[in-house]
Amino acid sequence: MTLKTTVVIVSLAAVLSACEKPQVAQTRKADAQPWSGTSEPAFAASGWKAGDERSWEEQMRNRAQGQNEYARAAVK
Amino acid sequence: MARMKFICDAERCIECNGCVTACKAEHDVPWGVNRRRVVTLNDGVPGERSISVACMHCSDAPCMAVCPVDCFYRTDEGVVLHDKDVCIGCGYCSYACPFGAPQFPTNGTFGLRGKMDKCTFCAGGPEANGSDAENEKYGRNRLAEGKLPACAEMCSTKALLGGDGDVVADIFRTRVLQRGKGSEVWGWGTAYGKPTGTKS
Repeated sequence: MTLKTTVVIVSLAAVLSACEKPQVAQTRKADAQPWSGTSEPAFAASGWKAGDERSWEEQMRNRAQGQNEYARAAVK
Repeated sequence: MARMKFICDAERCIECNGCVTACKAEHDVPWGVNRRRVVTLNDGVPGERSISVACMHCSDAPCMAVCPVDCFYRTDEGVVLHDKDVCIGCGYCSYACPFGAPQFPTNGTFGLRGKMDKCTFCAGGPEANGSDAENEKYGRNRLAEGKLPACAEMCSTKALLGGDGDVVADIFRTRVLQRGKGSEVWGWGTAYGKPTGTKS
């Protein structure tokens, strides 16, 4: 192998190594609890307190009753 | 602790696709991706049944089991979510899911398969609740706003129920006890009353 070829290979390797994207092992991020509230409080439903788990669970139960027509209209 | 579940009442679903539209609009779901679909059995035949299908947030989710990069997680409320920054778009979850829930957006001339997208039970993803990053990747986080999934809350016939599994089961049980079963539910007699046998 001539000196010229060696120089070309080494310089090519150096140039191509610059193209390599740094590889970072991605790991799953931790999620916040839904009862901790949202960063957009203007969109939050009223009737519960952000950060209070009990209050959020109660809100979920009450909200689900909106899907229960037997709770909204008297059953004969 | 709430354990979130969906249930679709096939006796009530009228295939209006309101749930599909609500989901699309709420989360700005891109063209070609359907987080929720309405499936009709025996379409056009008397007695046809429709059911709204999306991710069922399985207790033992097969998508979680097969994911090679472990991008799925289950919240304390039983909602199965995933991290799109970790997803590699391999499609294993799509083959594993019995409901066809995982969706893959395609883009570019050659239809490059993007990162998986699916129903989040309106609970967003691992980004900060209600942040722009979460909204862009996963859509609205209605649970953190104290609301239930848009599809269930928007259902006009209340066929699709969503929320704490115990509460939803109670609602459904009450309904079934009230309306009866079999021919009591569907038919001429239910709609117009029992025939009297006299000619008008």
